[in-house]
Amino acid sequence: MKFNTSLKNLLLIIFAVFALSACSTAKKGDQTSGDVYTGTETVEYLAKGVPDRVFFATNKSSLTTAARETLRKQATFLRKNKNLNITIEGHADERGTREYNLALGERRANAARDYLMTYGISGKRISVISYGKERPVNTASTPLAWSQNRRSVTVKVN
Amino acid sequence: MKKIIILIIFFLSFSKLNALIEVDITRGNLDPLPIAISPLHVDIKSELIDGLKVKDLGGDISKIIEKNFKSTGLFNPLKKDAFVQKPDIAHLKPRFEDWRLIKAQALVTGKIIISDGKLKVEFRLWDLTASKEMLALAFTTTPTNWRRVAHIISDKIYERLTGEDGYFDTRVIYVAESGPKNQRVKKLAIMDQDGANTKYLTLGNELVLTPRFNPSNQLVTYLSYFRNLPRVYLLDIETGTQEVVGNFPGMTFAPRFSPDGKKIIMSFAKDGNSDIYTMDLDTRVVERITEHSSIDTSPSYSPDGNYICFNSDRSGLQQIYVMKSDGSNVKRITFGDGIYGTPVWSPRGDLIAFTKVRKGRFYIGVMRSDGSGERLLTENFYQEAPSWSPNGRVLVFYRETKSGPKGEGFSAKLWSIDITGYNERKISTETDASDPSWSSLLSK
Repeated sequence: MKFNTSLKNLLLIIFAVFALSACSTAKKGDQTSGDVYTGTETVEYLAKGVPDRVFFATNKSSLTTAARETLRKQATFLRKNKNLNITIEGHADERGTREYNLALGERRANAARDYLMTYGISGKRISVISYGKERPVNTASTPLAWSQNRRSVTVKVN
Repeated sequence: MKKIIILIIFFLSFSKLNALIEVDITRGNLDPLPIAISPLHVDIKSELIDGLKVKDLGGDISKIIEKNFKSTGLFNPLKKDAFVQKPDIAHLKPRFEDWRLIKAQALVTGKIIISDGKLKVEFRLWDLTASKEMLALAFTTTPTNWRRVAHIISDKIYERLTGEDGYFDTRVIYVAESGPKNQRVKKLAIMDQDGANTKYLTLGNELVLTPRFNPSNQLVTYLSYFRNLPRVYLLDIETGTQEVVGNFPGMTFAPRFSPDGKKIIMSFAKDGNSDIYTMDLDTRVVERITEHSSIDTSPSYSPDGNYICFNSDRSGLQQIYVMKSDGSNVKRITFGDGIYGTPVWSPRGDLIAFTKVRKGRFYIGVMRSDGSGERLLTENFYQEAPSWSPNGRVLVFYRETKSGPKGEGFSAKLWSIDITGYNERKISTETDASDPSWSSLLSK
């Protein structure tokens, strides 16, 4: 009987811990995967259903599956709007040195540009500019803010 | 900025004997040398010249010298209310035993004379332990240059007492910042090393970053986003003329001068990939120095011009590399735990200063040019971009702070620290400030 109670207590504790960790991963999973932002809080739209930005992992410029999906939507949108030119702005978070971040922003913007070009968008329609860490969208110093700032943003020029 | 000429009129005398008092600046000085800096005696009183109150100049010049010496951490300027002799009498010949009573080991005295509209400043440095004059010099200049005279005198005294070049008659160029962090307004600004005489060189209409002096302190190279095209520019701070020098078909950034001032070395981002290039300022010939699919940036020459240290992520993460100035013999020099950026070669050639990021903290450090002997001098949440004092003893850098987790109370300030790791100080600036670059000595 006594044994039984303590076992029950132990199980309860294990359950509670499990519930807690499940809760915290679920919350985290809502906004980031790895350290790439997956939320929509800061996102604007080029047209209905066409997000203007993609997000990157720390120090990386490789495109995630979600980023590719967004860029394919942008490519479809740009094919429909043949007279539209765009600038892709590359950005970094504040957790790096300024000059390296300028280079990193440039690399991110070009990764997005290259992907659009493989979907048939002429390079002549796309200019790139890196702002490094000079133009954060979220000025907080939290992992969430940094993940929102590691981005490339497609901006209509005309 | 108008050209300043200061003539050394005469040498009163110069003691060839080794002084008994000496300041060792190679280690952190926990026992700074007590020095008495007497107000300078003013010969002609109550006269206004060029809008300056001449009778105040004696006290004002001595205060600047005192502040300079205090800022080194190597000296302890004594309080003036304990001074035992009047400035004019002390300047003729101090009663050494009286000054020793207040525990001073060195004494600075001086005299100001106005004649023919010129300001003449005499000063003497006395070794109170040996009861000897160590140094006596006089400078003549236009009266409005009185602050520079104070800095030059500080340099002469520092040189005599430490055996090293001084760094007081210098300027710092930096980026003056204002406004919220997501819409920061940035202007180029220049000031004297002690924070006086701030001038703004751009209006803030476009983003400017990373200004750096050439060896003669007249030209500055920096990154400007003029017309939304981030390119390397050259600015003549005397004439105010600006020109784009990195006019490549893509972003140019991270510029610095070669030690002879003839070239600018910078990064150029082509199709997203940043490599290092040089441009000869006379011939405009461009030379490619690195060719690698990684990010290569933040180049800085060794003072003899034979080597370049730079930042690259060719190993996967940001590390520091050294190569010959033609781009050959690339060697990685940082292998420590963390990432490394912003390498800057010391003007003495012995050390490379850097920023290190490890476990979310930022460090300013120095290491030998082969990467050995790494010493981290200061740690904080965010700081970077060290720049050397011309004598290679002090680093200036910038630090960003916030008072709340959402970025409240954001502030960026310039700081300095001795390479001993001692004497960390905030430098007062009119606005927030970042990206400092220290000039070489103006009077050399």
